[in-house]
Formats: sequence, C-alpha cells, structure tokens
Amino acid sequence: MDGTMLPEVTAVGVIIKAILILAVISAIAGFGTYIERKVLAFMQRRVGPNHVGPYGLLQLAADGIKLFTKEDIIPQHANRLIFAVAPAITAATAFIALGAVPVFPGFTIPFVDVYVPSIASDVNVGILFVLGMMAAGLYGPLLAGMAQSNKWGILGSARTAIQFLSYEVVTGLSLLAPIMMVGSLSFVDFNNYQSDGTWLVVYQPVAFILFLIAGYAETNRTPFDLLEHEAEIVSGYVTEYSGMRWGMFFIGEYANMITIGIIASVVFLGGYNDWWIFPGWIMILAKIAFSFFFMLWVRAAWPHVRPDQLMWLCWKVLMPLAVINVVITGIVMMAG
Amino acid sequence: MTHVINNHPYLGIFFLFIVTVGAFNATLFLARLISRKLAKLDTEKLKLTIYECGPEVTKQPNAISTQFYLIALLFILFDVEIIFMFPWAIDFKLLGWFGFAEMILFILLLTLGFVYAWKKGALEWHSIK
Repeated sequence: MDGTMLPEVTAVGVIIKAILILAVISAIAGFGTYIERKVLAFMQRRVGPNHVGPYGLLQLAADGIKLFTKEDIIPQHANRLIFAVAPAITAATAFIALGAVPVFPGFTIPFVDVYVPSIASDVNVGILFVLGMMAAGLYGPLLAGMAQSNKWGILGSARTAIQFLSYEVVTGLSLLAPIMMVGSLSFVDFNNYQSDGTWLVVYQPVAFILFLIAGYAETNRTPFDLLEHEAEIVSGYVTEYSGMRWGMFFIGEYANMITIGIIASVVFLGGYNDWWIFPGWIMILAKIAFSFFFMLWVRAAWPHVRPDQLMWLCWKVLMPLAVINVVITGIVMMAG
Repeated sequence: MTHVINNHPYLGIFFLFIVTVGAFNATLFLARLISRKLAKLDTEKLKLTIYECGPEVTKQPNAISTQFYLIALLFILFDVEIIFMFPWAIDFKLLGWFGFAEMILFILLLTLGFVYAWKKGALEWHSIK
C-alpha cells in the first residue's frame, strides 16, 4: 500500500466496469480477427482483407452482418437445449475470467464522481480464479461436441478436453514458481513486486516459456490447434454450428487469448509499472498487443503437431521441466 | 498500483456473470430472430442431418477411445496435487526448510506415480490396431 489512497469502490463503479470489460474486450476480440488475417497475410506476402472499407477495416462489420443473417441450423438428432447454450458458455466464461484481471487503469468519471476500479473484483485468489474460470470454459466445447451426436464433433471435443486438461497441469506448475517468489495469488501484488523495474521473467525464464506454451495450447493457438484440424476432423466441435453460434466460440477464443496476454504481461513482464518515459497504461497496452502479435507470429511460423506429439510434449517434457523449475526455485530461495 | 478498497470483492465477478450471460444469450436470441427473417428457411430432411459424406446417417454414438479417459484420469491425479501445492507456494518463506522438505517428499511421491504411469505406457498414444 503506497501513499495514494484510492477512492472507495461502489457497486455502480463495479457495474460500469463489468459493462466496460464486456464492451471493450469483445470489440478488441472482434478486431483481433481482422488483425490476425492482416498479419498472417503480410507474413505470407499476401494483401489480406482490403475490399471492405479503407485497408479492409470494415471487414469486421461485414463479418458481423454475415454471421447475424446466416441461417441458424440445429441438426435433427442434436440435443437442442445443450447445443444452443454451449456457445454462450464458452464466451461467458472467457469474459468472467477477465473479472479478476486488471484490465485497464482505474479512473473517475468526471461529473458524477464514480470511481471505476482497474479490476472488477480484486479477489485475493486472482490467479487461481482466472485459471479455474478458463478451465470452466472447457464445458463449452465439451457440451457442444457431445450434443451434436456427430463423430467429428465428439472427436473434436475429446481432443479439446485432453489438450486442455493436460496443459492445465503445466500452466499451474509454471505459475507456481513466480507465486513462491511473490507469496501471493493477487495480480496487484505481482505488479507491485516488479515495481523496482526488474521483471519476473529475468528470474523465471523457464516458467515464462512454459506458461506461454501452455497458454497457446489452452487457447487453441496454432501449433496446438488440433481440435479444428480441417484435414482430420472437419471442424471439430464446431462442425454443426452456423451463424452467430459459431461466432460465439471465436469471441470466447479471442477473449481467452487476451486473458493469457494480460496474465503474461502482469505476472512476468512487469505489469502496469512505468518504464523510462512511458506511463504504465501505455506499457500494459504495448505488452498485451505484443503478446497478441506473438501468438499470430507463432501461428505463421510453426506447423501443427500431431495429437501424440502434443501429449508427449506435455507429459514427458513440459511437466517434468516445470516440477524441476519449482524445486530449483525453492532451493535457490531457501539458500539465498 | 494499489489494492482496490471494496467490502465485497466478488461483487464484480457476480455482475460480470450476469452481464455476460445476459448479453451473449441476447445476442444469440437476436441472431436467431434476424436469421429467421432473412435466411433461407427450408426443413429439408437431408439438410438437417448431421454432417457426413456418403450415406444418410441417423445418429452416431458418443463413443470415444479409452485413451482420452486415461489422460483425464492422469489429470485428476496431477492437478489435485498441484492444487495442494498452491497454498504451500504462497506461504513458502513462512514455512521455511521444514515445509520445503515436506514438499520435496510430496514431489518425490508424485514422481513415483508419474514414473509408474510412464512405464505402464499411459502416456503413449496407443493405436487401435
């Protein structure tokens, strides 16, 4: 706690914050699809979307219109209720996870004097809550795949389940070492621990790399996007979906990418602290933007892995490495 | 950056839950309304069957390889133990050498189970043939 006291948070401020998170992050998530196509196009020496609006910027609106006006098909043998609800589960859990993460700096709305905090809920188990909420997001793909009674769907959701469960172990273990150093699960404490300018990635490079790999696997980014592997299982758990229900899965996926970016920035890359002449909010935006760009870069650079390679990588390489990292961190901290 | 002063820390998550669930279900409802008005509607039998090439399929069973269940079992084993390690990690400096030695013992037991699973071939991807 430093000298500056923050105004007390009222319920109104928290509600405004919740609506802000939903509006801004879903806009960024939608815009992320445009950025992804443009960045991938430039990396492959193509032009990318350029017909709708200047530089193709209105592509997002065009996609939205397309998604809304498509026919909403529910196949004959599907379990209609679960089939209809599953996309909303994915999207909702992705955004609820953002509730415990510091998303933008806090500010006071000028005339009505309502303080909007930087975190919607500053819970003391922040990291555990975010990991748990992202894990609950697994129910979206799982139920979607099981409700459509289609073998591509069930294979896709089974793959999602084991991929997510396996890499959840690595995420937890890779975050353990920084938690040991900081001694808290709150993102605010992580931020303050690095306020002297030394980022945690300097002390924990192995944990950072493990977290990034596991984070990419959890958000289904390319080296690990086996659940929508067109050549093998058509489109995985989204095979039978159309229109906005299909789009909902992607809003959830992009929101999860942003969450992973924020966790990586706050836990390992110095968080909201000022650096040189740049104020904290520019730093956090730059870090999140870079981590988002890095995901696209990885997608452009690496091919898929096979499912058995995925499991081999997780259980035989990453997990032992993470455990060794925790033990070595413990020994160094005890000795030093 | 300082901690937010709030008497009910979980209030934000509750509001976010209500706002997101409400907004996304409203979006889906709206999309359904619009698509009913604008999209081509026909209830032809073949169109409503599940995606498959070749014969018209009735219903496919939700049966998957046992390998997936095996991995899920391994997850339960290891993730529950990692949850045990979280409180220890927070109080790491407080617990000192004694806590550290206990956790090393715990990790050794974990490793024993891990080596057993590895030797039994639970981490290998078995082909059906």
